[in-house]
Amino acid sequence: MQKISSRFVRTSIVVVTLWLSIFVLAPQAMLLIATFLERGQQDFLTTTFTLGNYVRLFDPVFLLIFWESFRLAGITTLVCLLFGYPFAYILATSRRTLRPWLLLLVIIPFWTNSLIRTYAMVIILKSGGVLSNVLLWLGLIDQPISLMYTDFAIFIGFSYTLLPFMILPLFAAIEKLDMRLLDASKDLGATAFQTFRHVTLPLTMPGIVAGCMLVFLPALGMFYVPEILGGSRFMLLGNYITNQFLMARDWPLGAAASTILTATLIMMILVYLRSVRASARSGEGALEGELLSTEGA
Amino acid sequence: MAPMATTDPIFELRGVCKYFDDTCALSNIDLAIRNGEFLTLLGPSGCGKTTILRILSGFETPSTGEVRLNDTVINDVPPEKRKVNTVFQNYALFPHMTVRDNVGFGLAMAGTEKGEMARRVREALTMVHMEHLADRRPGQLSGGQQQRVGIARAVVNNPLVLLLDEPFSALDFKLRKAMQLEIKQLQRSLGITFVFVTHDQEEAFAMSDRVVVMNEGQIVQVGTPKEIYEEPASLYVARFVGDINILDATVRNATGDGMYRAEVEGVTMALHSKRRFSDGTEVKVLLRPEDLRVHRVAEGMLDEPHLLGRIAQTVYKGATVDLYVQLDDAHGGKTVMASEFFNEDDEEIIYDAGERVAVTWVDGWEVVLHAEDQ
Repeated sequence: MQKISSRFVRTSIVVVTLWLSIFVLAPQAMLLIATFLERGQQDFLTTTFTLGNYVRLFDPVFLLIFWESFRLAGITTLVCLLFGYPFAYILATSRRTLRPWLLLLVIIPFWTNSLIRTYAMVIILKSGGVLSNVLLWLGLIDQPISLMYTDFAIFIGFSYTLLPFMILPLFAAIEKLDMRLLDASKDLGATAFQTFRHVTLPLTMPGIVAGCMLVFLPALGMFYVPEILGGSRFMLLGNYITNQFLMARDWPLGAAASTILTATLIMMILVYLRSVRASARSGEGALEGELLSTEGA
Repeated sequence: MAPMATTDPIFELRGVCKYFDDTCALSNIDLAIRNGEFLTLLGPSGCGKTTILRILSGFETPSTGEVRLNDTVINDVPPEKRKVNTVFQNYALFPHMTVRDNVGFGLAMAGTEKGEMARRVREALTMVHMEHLADRRPGQLSGGQQQRVGIARAVVNNPLVLLLDEPFSALDFKLRKAMQLEIKQLQRSLGITFVFVTHDQEEAFAMSDRVVVMNEGQIVQVGTPKEIYEEPASLYVARFVGDINILDATVRNATGDGMYRAEVEGVTMALHSKRRFSDGTEVKVLLRPEDLRVHRVAEGMLDEPHLLGRIAQTVYKGATVDLYVQLDDAHGGKTVMASEFFNEDDEEIIYDAGERVAVTWVDGWEVVLHAEDQ
């Protein structure tokens, strides 16, 4: 029994490692190599070494794209956090019988491809679309409006697609929160706001950080949402990279931009992991061996 | 130094009922908690003692009735606005804060000045012998240490009343005993009213000025530990606090001066009771194991009325020996338990199984209750 399971474990590890090596590590390595090669007329790449691709990225146009992408991803993350936290809180504190159903509501959108869902957003946002008609009917506007090709459309698209990634880690963190601590806080005279600020918020911080990562990182790279909802006015990092590969046929430049993005994301994940480790160190049971016996003194 | 417990109530429950959905958790509770006393709510789990505590702390509101603190009705005052603090069963310390910050939490929320806060936190930690661990986090402390911090965190706010919800239930036996003593001393030196919840009768008796015995959402008896033990108001209380022998009896007639002539398990005896019984009433005679006396039949007949039986089992307890006596069928056939204390040069309490004995009890120590008083 022991042998079979240990062989099973070893096989699984080997398969997963092979899979990741072939389909993640190798392409990533190839991409990295491509960033140091010159663009070729016939085969996309030549074998000449250069650092020029990175130098070319210090173009104001690219830096603006870089900045704009971070701004949109940042605001999207904030929007998701502001809407996701209360929802996750309600979800985590709802009756046990109700919880699976609410959770199902969060997960249902995953059953439809997100590209198709983004196209569906067009029907809502376009001139004479659902949103426009509702606003007309409510008398808030006098003529049909289009919300397409605006910041707003992109925020809506991003937030809609990424909200579940914010809610799920927040739900996990809030569900773990010991509600008796909130009672203790109230008992010690803390108002609802003080309790949230000093107890709930710090104790659910790992969930907040995880949720923000899971929204921010894809928002930086998700190219089809700005493509469909933002139109040609919005060139974000994801679109820029796609364009270099598919339109401009400048593989080395696309690879360099992609590598810069990946490096930024890795750095952010490292920061996150450090913060998690720091909070785990200060958490329970870290120094159990050091208990001093003052008991019975 | 400490003010003696007065009879002025600081906390009062008047006609309090509590329903959760349709189930009645508390029915018609009247309780006056005296200023400065150590009061314990005692009962099995689900008897409503924790609900009373949560009504006092403000986490539950009574369905009907009044809660008064210092003669002001506080039914709708939320927990954060009551000058009452709680020591929680599972400590409920904030895991992300140091011991010092945990203890200072209440003062910080009230906007206490920094210097004063530091001083009071230090005093509170010294009081519970935890000042040397002030920079630790709760996760680095043992259960006993965590509960000390929980106590410091509550008393540092100078509450009018301190509520303790089974604070020692997670501690081992020895530590529990030590903490009981400490809490009692702390209460004496602070002079604060303590309301303590436990299901452990020994703990309740060891610490309390008064004990409130509860069952199924009702108060069944309030009194000093001595009153509860020696004069239980019902069979329920008698059974809940310690071992008890219950004999069936029928009152023949009153002989005056709180005395009755009665048939106890078929033997005519004199019973003492302050209660009134009419002739022919079915009653129960309650006797603690230490009230009973066991005599060897072989040593000659007793002249006082007695019940005959055989030793079924002897259990050596160190300071005492528990004798289980199976009464003769003529005397109801019950098994009663008698605790006999060792006496230096007295070997006679060592009995053989099956030995014939007579059982009597110390005159006047019996408690007589109506048979229907469950």
